[in-house]
Amino acid sequence: MNHAVEVRDLTVAYRERPVLWDIDLNVPEGVLMAIVGPNGAGKTTLIKAVLGLVKPAAGEILIYGRSFESQQRRVGYVPQRGSVDWDFPTNVLDVVTMGLYGRLGWFRRPGRNERASALQALEKVGMADFADRQISQLSGGQQQRVFLARALVQDADVYFMDEPFQGVDATTERAIIALLRELRSAGKTVVVVHHDLQTVPEYFDEVLLLNVRRLASGQVDEVFTEENLRKTYGGRVGFVGALAGTAGSAGTVGAAGRAGPKGPGGLSGLTTKGTGPG
Amino acid sequence: MVVAAACALPGVFLVLRKMSMMSDAISHAILPGIVIGFFATGDLGSPILIAGAALTGVLTVALVEMISSTRLIKEDAAIGIVFPALFSIGVILIARYAGDVHLDVDAVLLGELAFAPFDRFIVAGHDIGPRSLYLMSGVLVVNVLFIVIFFKELKVATFDAGLAAALGLMPALLHYLLMALVSVTAVGAFDAVGSILVVALMVGPPSAAYLLTDRLSVMLALSAVIGAVSAVLGYWFAHLLDASIGGAMATMVGVAFFFTWLLAPEKGYVARQRRRRRQRWTFATKMLTVHLLSHEGLPEAAEECREDHLTDHLRWEPAFASQAVRVALAGGLVSRRGPLLELTDAGRKHASRAVVEI
Repeated sequence: MNHAVEVRDLTVAYRERPVLWDIDLNVPEGVLMAIVGPNGAGKTTLIKAVLGLVKPAAGEILIYGRSFESQQRRVGYVPQRGSVDWDFPTNVLDVVTMGLYGRLGWFRRPGRNERASALQALEKVGMADFADRQISQLSGGQQQRVFLARALVQDADVYFMDEPFQGVDATTERAIIALLRELRSAGKTVVVVHHDLQTVPEYFDEVLLLNVRRLASGQVDEVFTEENLRKTYGGRVGFVGALAGTAGSAGTVGAAGRAGPKGPGGLSGLTTKGTGPG
Repeated sequence: MVVAAACALPGVFLVLRKMSMMSDAISHAILPGIVIGFFATGDLGSPILIAGAALTGVLTVALVEMISSTRLIKEDAAIGIVFPALFSIGVILIARYAGDVHLDVDAVLLGELAFAPFDRFIVAGHDIGPRSLYLMSGVLVVNVLFIVIFFKELKVATFDAGLAAALGLMPALLHYLLMALVSVTAVGAFDAVGSILVVALMVGPPSAAYLLTDRLSVMLALSAVIGAVSAVLGYWFAHLLDASIGGAMATMVGVAFFFTWLLAPEKGYVARQRRRRRQRWTFATKMLTVHLLSHEGLPEAAEECREDHLTDHLRWEPAFASQAVRVALAGGLVSRRGPLLELTDAGRKHASRAVVEI
């Protein structure tokens, strides 16, 4: 199988403190992959290292078998919503158009074609009516959709999204996951930093369990087990037994008799809260 | 005027990057660059001075970023450490070695625009105008060109540096280019208005423009205009009072910002207060109509829908209650029948819409 992303022996450190420690990872082409792990596990750093935004101390990153620089146009990026100033004087259409700046290259200005494809992307995320809206007037979910539209216009083959589900309402969450599935059926690969363990089996094909080191990665039904989660989150995960119903592999099952992942009540503890520097 | 416009343009990006205080730092810290350049050439108008200043400006930014990246202290404190250090080196150099030349501390702090016209630019024996006018016009042209050419890149790098980097648009390079430009602008303006007032011209007009528009291009144009107008007003003001021109200009920038803050159509203080008052009455009539709707046609209506009942049950102040009723009556939402208030059709719709909104 072809790999959209290969990470070999990646170590990232801030001074002498390792944030990521010898990470190996293969992301197969055409899958939705979640990166989960506690706050400060290095999730955001991993994405940033792949995108060349932080410099690794060691290791190699390949996108479709080649270096990131040569594949830049094939990579789309959705940063955390909170990473930008939403009071910046610009409108929705303009932000989405920014996704095309890379393809335009230096000096050239966006024209009618760029406007049209930005509008099309806004259409896809259900935000076409907001094209002329000032970005400071958007709700959190709307901001997130604008960011997604901006990634869509990049028309990349592999997308990295940093907590796209953070603080959005249920409608937006459904819209986003529908969009991710659409991308997958178009053969794209999407890697998502995710915080809601409960929805991992439902939304994703593959998962990376990360806490500075790679604890496990692979298909969700093989590696998303209580044991692995306990390793990732340390003793803090008292609730993983509830995942018994979803984690398919035998022998790792904890407390039986709990409801499946979508069962009502009792499972609220499954969501890890907060963002942190990741 | 030219100075003010030239300062306002890069100032826009400083304000948007939340780096306003960096203009303060740069405009002070370039002093040693200027002084050393002066020693090297012996000429205050030499381009070496500008190059020296640009280098020191970039050095300032680099030092500040280096210190704050250690995470031992915050960026504002780092700025506070770096620029006085560089500035004082410049002051000491002047005091020690240049006591008898045209560079003195007063001029450094406040500029001496009044004398600028006497420093003529002589080419081949012909007097073709004040030298600093040419210098600043050149700086203005460079600033305009830089921003026009890199408008798209500057915009994305300022809004979302991460994306800019991921798109291969090198925001770090752009950042230092911008800082070099700020430094060059500061040197030019320095001659005219001194190092303190440069800050007023770089931060004031963009901040005022920020309150007036939601578009970056408009913000750039507006801040240049606001800067230029303040400069002209300041000049005449100073003329009238026989006061420092630079001081009067900076004052005018402050005045311009104050009026913008007060009167800006959307974000201004007056507009916000008015909006808040309107929302208060909109909400009051909503409460009133919802209250009437929920008791409409029921036996207790005779009691609940009396006007004087509002003060009891809704716990409204009498003045507030009668004003709310007046607003609702004027808006055709309720009608009076004796002591009772009744919903009109419009009022009923209004109330049910309000309920749905929740």
